[in-house]
Amino acid sequence: MTEQPKTARKTIKAVAQMKSLMAEHFHSLDRAVKEGTPKVAWCTSVGPAELLHAMGFRVYFPENHAALIGATRMATDFIPVANSIGYSPDICSYLTADVGAYLSHRTPLTKSYGLETIPKADVLVYNTNQCRDVQDWFSFYAREWNVPLVGLHTHRGVKAVQEWHVADLVAQMKAMIPTLEEISGVKFDIDRLRETVRLSLECTKLWRQVLEFGATKPAPLTFFDATIHMAPAVVLRGLPEAIDYYKLLITELAERVNQGVAAVEGERHRLYWDGMPIWGKLKDLSEQFSALRTNVVASTYCNSWIFDAFDPATPFESMARAYIELFIVRDESYKEAYMNEWIRDFSVDGIIFHDAKTCPNNSNNRYGLPQRMAARLGIPSLVINGDLNDLRCYSEEQARTNIEAFIEQLDERG
Amino acid sequence: MDERFGGGVDVGSCTTKVVIVNRRDEILGSAVVYSGTDFEAASKEAWTRALEQAGIDSAQVGRVVSTGYGRKSVPFATGTLTEISCHGRGCLHFFAGPITVVDIGGQDNKIIKLDATGRRVSFKMNRKCAAGTGAFLEEMALRLRLPLEDLDRMARAADGEVSLGSYCTVFSATEVLEKIKAGHPVNRILRGVFRSVVKRVMEMDTLTDTVVLTGGVIEHNPFIAELIREETSSSVVIPPHPQITGALGAALYAVDEEHHGR
Repeated sequence: MTEQPKTARKTIKAVAQMKSLMAEHFHSLDRAVKEGTPKVAWCTSVGPAELLHAMGFRVYFPENHAALIGATRMATDFIPVANSIGYSPDICSYLTADVGAYLSHRTPLTKSYGLETIPKADVLVYNTNQCRDVQDWFSFYAREWNVPLVGLHTHRGVKAVQEWHVADLVAQMKAMIPTLEEISGVKFDIDRLRETVRLSLECTKLWRQVLEFGATKPAPLTFFDATIHMAPAVVLRGLPEAIDYYKLLITELAERVNQGVAAVEGERHRLYWDGMPIWGKLKDLSEQFSALRTNVVASTYCNSWIFDAFDPATPFESMARAYIELFIVRDESYKEAYMNEWIRDFSVDGIIFHDAKTCPNNSNNRYGLPQRMAARLGIPSLVINGDLNDLRCYSEEQARTNIEAFIEQLDERG
Repeated sequence: MDERFGGGVDVGSCTTKVVIVNRRDEILGSAVVYSGTDFEAASKEAWTRALEQAGIDSAQVGRVVSTGYGRKSVPFATGTLTEISCHGRGCLHFFAGPITVVDIGGQDNKIIKLDATGRRVSFKMNRKCAAGTGAFLEEMALRLRLPLEDLDRMARAADGEVSLGSYCTVFSATEVLEKIKAGHPVNRILRGVFRSVVKRVMEMDTLTDTVVLTGGVIEHNPFIAELIREETSSSVVIPPHPQITGALGAALYAVDEEHHGR
């Protein structure tokens, strides 16, 4: 009942190395645009990045850029600009923030990495496994720059992945190859794809290992750390640098575990976060949870870059399987079972569902899942209304009070 | 006299409430003032008035728990708890669990479920939209040029009801003006306004077990309780002085901590 001190989570030292990796990622893209080689492909965060790397493209991920816009709290300056040209405030605020930033001739990459602009694409490659909005988002730039747009249309609401799902996606990927060869000037080489898939597999295994440290009591990292440290798994997957980075991070986390170092001092409660991060509020939320001696130890979102299916022996089929096995494209029964497993393995005593106004596909509270899980597991849950980027949809006081009340409820349970 | 009393301060968006209780959980004094823009001043004013009513001075109060929207703005508080915990505790003072607490406040609504042992099972607050809260009634009163204190009487006296369809407070206000233009009597429209508050509450959660209504809106508009009774088969009850239930809960927590080490 007494006032909680303001507490920051412990900084992970490896972050310095990650910042330098990210800087090189953006500088290499900038150089590629300026020099005209290699060609730049824009790609959605869940692929088919492996195919693009294998064909010699520098790969840029607009979702990463949009998250950066959110984290730097620039989104609410840009979203209205996109709204004014017909992109509704109700659609993906990654799209509206990114398009608005482009129309405003501004990017957080300038302050963070010294880039004048975002890297212009030579080709835009989307995958609708996230949502339909990515297609509309990339279409904007295809019209703007008159560059080719190709994409994968992934099945949705999948209960169990079937061979015909995989065959369909493999056919779609193979159909892209002539276009990609023409733009990159690089002939498709199956061995190069195998090698990229091998690197992606290794990266994703290490990323899983990082996240699984959250099962340790006390946990050596938080969801808020993971949202930062997942960047290499998103933008450098398929490249050796990501592997080196996660080996470094794992060493540091293993040291923390050996020394009993908790990311949240005096960890009392362990939560699961479902849904998107609220990028502009990561610091505030992290501090609030730390002050309440509560750690968010696992999340659906950060797990989205674990692709167990990658297999260099069958690169196309395993990529297809990896993209379809994703949580976001699965049906409700799969989602519930998946979350149950993580909640059990991570000794979670409460669940937070983030209902993101502009991201229905990542808001899993809307079809009665919290109530079903509470009945099945006896674990209480809390729904926070907010958004990934559009802070106009977020009430600071409402969210803070809800979180505080939720922790009081967990305290009462003992 | 060596008894140490407990204080509860509930700083809401509209009003600030204070309750002083003794170790036997009896209410000795209470006060309600407008929160205004200076929460600290409002809490001090309400505190002074409640102490006067209780006939004690500040030094005789051991613990003071603050709650509500402005709970962090009470300089003399020894601890804070959210209004969700405090409303639950305040209701349990009058009614045994299991209960469902429905608090209709100035700016937000809450539904809090407590089990037979008084332990909280779940809670929900309205989304950041203020539809169905006291702010909605204030807006409607303003549009209809009616004093707030007349709404309950007028709605109760209506011989019919004009239904409002909109969720949004601003759109509802426009709808009200349309109904007036269409010639509907004001008291029937007001009953529709009250019904709209009830609809917003009913869609937040299920109402199970005994339903306990709290908050300033119920204190000043008890007709809403009658409309809620039309919508549920559960028993619907109101504690004495429902506006101060949150402050009472805070005071009871303060006494628990002071005398029982909880």
